[in-house]
This record gives sequence, C-alpha cells and structure tokens, in this order.
Amino acid sequence: MSRRIVLAALLVLAGCGPATPRNTGVYLLLDTSGTYAGEIRKAQQIILYILSRLEPGDSLAVARIDTGSFTEKDIVAKANFDDRPSAANREKREFAARVKAFVEQSKPAPYTDISGGLLQAIEFLNEKGPGRKEILIFSDLKEELAKGYIRKVPFELKGFDVVALNVTKLRSDNYDPREYLSRVAAWRAKVEAGGGHWRMINDLERLDGML
Amino acid sequence: MDHILSITPWPVVSALLWFVFLAAALYLARRTAHRAIHAATEAVAQGLRIAAHSVAAAESRLTARNREVLLAAGREAKERIVEREFVRVGETTRKDLTNYPALHRALSESILRIEEDHQKAVEVPPEAPGWVRAVEAVAKIDAKNGASDVLADIHRSMVKAHNEAMQAYRKASAERHGLLRQMMPEWRAIQETLGRVNKVIESLLTRSVAIDRHMQEYEDIVRGQDRAVSILQSSSVVQFFVSALVLMVAIGGAAINFSLIARPMAEMVGGTHFIGSFRTADIAALVIIMVEISMGLFLMESLRITRLFPVIGALPDKMRVRMIWITFSILLLLASVEAGLAYMREVLLQDELATGALLRGESGGELQSQYLWITTAAQMGMGFVLPFALVFVAIPLETFVHSLRTVVGLAGIALLRVFALVLRVLGNGFRHLGMLAERLYDLPLFLPLWLEARRSATNGSPAARDMRESPL
Repeated sequence: MSRRIVLAALLVLAGCGPATPRNTGVYLLLDTSGTYAGEIRKAQQIILYILSRLEPGDSLAVARIDTGSFTEKDIVAKANFDDRPSAANREKREFAARVKAFVEQSKPAPYTDISGGLLQAIEFLNEKGPGRKEILIFSDLKEELAKGYIRKVPFELKGFDVVALNVTKLRSDNYDPREYLSRVAAWRAKVEAGGGHWRMINDLERLDGML
Repeated sequence: MDHILSITPWPVVSALLWFVFLAAALYLARRTAHRAIHAATEAVAQGLRIAAHSVAAAESRLTARNREVLLAAGREAKERIVEREFVRVGETTRKDLTNYPALHRALSESILRIEEDHQKAVEVPPEAPGWVRAVEAVAKIDAKNGASDVLADIHRSMVKAHNEAMQAYRKASAERHGLLRQMMPEWRAIQETLGRVNKVIESLLTRSVAIDRHMQEYEDIVRGQDRAVSILQSSSVVQFFVSALVLMVAIGGAAINFSLIARPMAEMVGGTHFIGSFRTADIAALVIIMVEISMGLFLMESLRITRLFPVIGALPDKMRVRMIWITFSILLLLASVEAGLAYMREVLLQDELATGALLRGESGGELQSQYLWITTAAQMGMGFVLPFALVFVAIPLETFVHSLRTVVGLAGIALLRVFALVLRVLGNGFRHLGMLAERLYDLPLFLPLWLEARRSATNGSPAARDMRESPL
C-alpha cells in the first residue's frame, strides 16, 4: 500500500516538473538597404499582423539590416509579452507605436549585412529560449557586405524556422532570373546546412502559415 | 511434386499407387485417428461447456446480487417516502389538532350560548287571563239599565289594555328576534370550525390512504416479490436515463460557466503556465466550478435533500445548520467572484478587440455599442446564478449514482447471458466439428470400408451389422 502511495506521489511530482516551453519567439529582420527601403511600409503591416497572432508569454524583436547588423543596436523594438492578457495587449500597442515611429524615421543603409542580422537573431532567440523559434527575413536576400566585414560563419539553426518574406526581384533578376533563383537557393542551402527549416512567402495577402 | 510422381514411369500410375498407400495407411490408423479427433474436440467442447456453466453461475450470482441491491434500494426509497408521509401527518396533527381542546371548548361555549338564547327566545309575554269571559258577562247586561257608560269605560279600558298588551307582545317579539339574530354568528362560527376540522380529517384520510399504498408496496419489496422487483427495475432504468439527461444539461451549464471564467482567470494565474498539457488558467477555472459543485453537494446533504454522504446526514442538527451556513457562504462568495470574473471577461474582450482593431489599422477600435451593458450585465448575472443552479446537480447525481448500480448490473447480466450462450454454441460446434472431421477422414477410405462392410455382412457378425447400419 505504501509503495503504491509513493508511486502515485512520484507520478504527481513528475507531472508537476519543469514543463517544456510552449511560447513562440519571433525575430524579424528588416532590410533597409537602398534597393529595398521602399518596402518598409509593407513590413509595418507584417509586424502588426505578427503582433495580432502572438500570445501572452511570446517574444518579438524587430531589427534592421544595415551595414553591420551583428549588434544589439540594430534592434528597433523588442518585447517579452506579459503572462496576463491585458498587460500583453498594452505591450503590443506600445510595440506597434515604436515600430510606427521607426518606419517614419527610417533611413536607407548603404550595405546589407543579412548574415550578421541572422547571427544576432540566433543569439537573441537562444537567449530567450522559447518553445518555437522563428526568424523572419523581410529582404530581397541580396547581401552586400562592406569592406572588412567577415561573415563566413556557419549558422547553428537547429530548431529554427527561417521564413523569407517578400523576396522581391531586382532589375538584374529580370534580365537573368538565374540570379534570383541562385540567390534564394544559396540562402536555403545555408539555412538547411545549419539544421534550420526554410520557407519563403512572397504573397503577403496569405500570411496564415507564417506563424 | 515431380519427384513424388516419378516412382513409376507413368505419373498417373504413381499417383494411383500413392493414393492406395495413403488409403491403406489411413485405414490402418483409422481407429486411433478417430479416437484422437474425438478426444481433441471433446476436450475443447467440454472446456467450453464448463466455461459456459461457470459464466451462467456468475450470471445467476449477479442476478441475485442485483436483485438484492434493487430491493435494498427500493426498501430504502419506500422507507423515506413513508417516513416523509408520517412527518406530514405529524405536522398536520400538530398544527391543526394540537389546539383541538380549545376548539372543543369554543364549540361547547357556542352551543351553550345558543341554548341560552334559544331558551330566552321561547319565553312569551303572558296574556291577561279571564278578559274574554268578563267581556262576555258585561255584554249580557242590558244597556238600558245604565250600563252603557260602564260598557264604554270597559271598552276604553279594554282598548287601552289591548294596546298595552300588543306593545308588550311586540317588544317581546323584537327581543326574541334579537336573540335569534345573535345566534347567527355562533352558527356560522360552528360551521366554520366544523369545516376546518373536516378538512384536516380529509387530509389525514388522504395521507392514510397514501401511506397504506406505500406500506403495501413496501411489504411487497420486503417479501421480495417478483412484481416489486420488476417495477423497481423499470423504475430504475427510467430514473437512470432521466437523471443522465439532466446531468447532460448540467454539464452544458458547467461548460458555459467555464467559458465565462477561463479567460479572465488568465489574468490571475497567468496565461502561459501549463500543468501537464492543460493551461493553469483553465485548470483553475475548472477547480472553481468543481468546488462550487462540491459545495452544492454538501449544501444539499446538509439540508437532507440528498443522502450521498451518510456522515453529513448523521451530524447533530446544530452542526448541520452550521454546515448549511458555511457552504452557502462559500457558494455566495464563489458566485460573487464569478460575477466579477464575468465582468472582467467583458473588459478583456473589449481590450482585445480594441488592440486587434489597432493592429489591423482600423480606426473603430474605440467605438462601443451603447447597449454593451446588456451583455455585460447578462454575463455577470449568469456568473452569479450558475453556481447556485449547479447546486441542484446533487439531486440528479444521487439518482444517477443509485440507478447506475442497477443498470450496470442489468447490463452485466445481459452480457454474461450472451457470453454463456456463445460458449454453449461453440462447445456444441466443436463436438459436431469432431464428428465432421471423423467423416471427412473416412471419405478417402470409402473403398476399404465398403469392402469391410461387405465382408462383415457375409460373415453376419454383429460388428458387421453395426458397420452396415452406421453411415460412412
């Protein structure tokens, strides 16, 4: 009888142990390079959509991609939403206001350090430790590094979902579509080599599967 | 295969030879094979028969047990009904017949007063005696003898006396009528009193008839009559389905209650914590509803409406009343908390709508209907009322629990009966299967068996006769 009681107690304790996190962490990289700066308004709509989909306890960070993106300074806004729904709603409204202010004051960057932004996103989300990690790249995926920036670093993307959003075609892509296709394929290969899951969504009217 | 058919140069001959060898071998082993088949199939059949007997015995035991349970439940229910009827009779007697002596005194006094009044009413004023004879004597006197004056005086006196007598008579009649009038309220009072007594007596008679009926049914149950068992069974099944239906309705109410408080509960315990695979907020809301139902059960037990917990029913009255007040207070507190949570739910909903509208870029986030208070008030009202409504779940729950025993017993009996039948059929099937296997074994041996039968017939032995008579 006492053995049964001990067994039952152990089962209960096992049920009350530290549970796996069920929250979502989203890191959105915004390309602010000269070729892509015009798309920033669309990015704002995407951020608002993401905010509407996130739950209390989730994390969201928005960072710009500029000349050197592997830095916390490029994080435009970040929030770890409160457990309580009312507080989370208030934080969402504040987040939306910060993004709006950024969009209105955003200036085009001369270079595009996507890899640096991706490394920063990995570091941020690993630190937060959410149950589900999403990195959204709002860019044309055309990386241009300034002189002296080295980004030949393998990405550790195991457990990450990487979603490329609104990958626009450049003027040169229209002349030679192979450039566009090889660019996308190269990023896919990088992500999948790091153990991540790659997706691409260009139709911004159908963002249902994004999160 | 080719190897088997190659013992002679001609495959057909080889096959024929094999057939002959096999038939010879089978014929020689026939008796042993038959015994083996018979033993195997009979063993299985016997096992199945024993299993069927065992299941049938279990069914009988379960039937007896179910009958006992049913009779015990019926006896208890009848005892409660009879007890209740006696309590009612007692209350009626105490309430209406306790003051019977006062009633009797009032009746006696009324009757006494009526008698006195009646006595007074029959007394009439006395008439002046002998007047008529005096008048007749005076009338015979000759008027011419100067008696006319006397007569006139007498006449006047007589008229005067007559008037006085008439006045006295009228006065006496008026007094008599007055006395009779006084008797009317007394009559009415007596009538009303007797009416009340009649009503009480009729009520008692009705109750006694009901008690007689219940006692008759109780006696049937105590005697364990089949009719009583049959009635109890059908009643139990009906109660099971009715209580299950009411419980389903109650579960619906609990689900609505849950949806009212689950969302705002996230504000209290956080919306992202999980216990197992369930949100802590949902579990907290469920716990509140369960506590409400438990309090409702205890309240009903303390009120002695249900009898699920004999310990509560056996508590002293003082303690029971305390329990009633404690459980009611907790229920009231929880109902108030629920009303508050329901209000909070509406506030959160509006907040979420406003945030959603802002995130969608809509400008109508702050637009609110002027009739919004109706839904808020309705939610608060439901949050307050549902806990009290759930209190009454205790009644169908008790019926469900009690009838469940009988229904499960009946289902078990039916299941065991079917199982026993299947086992019996399988047992018989195996026995026949053995016979069929023996016949199939004999099928390729038709020729030696026929020859054996012929030889035996020629010899005229009893074995041969048996062989002839028995089918191949």
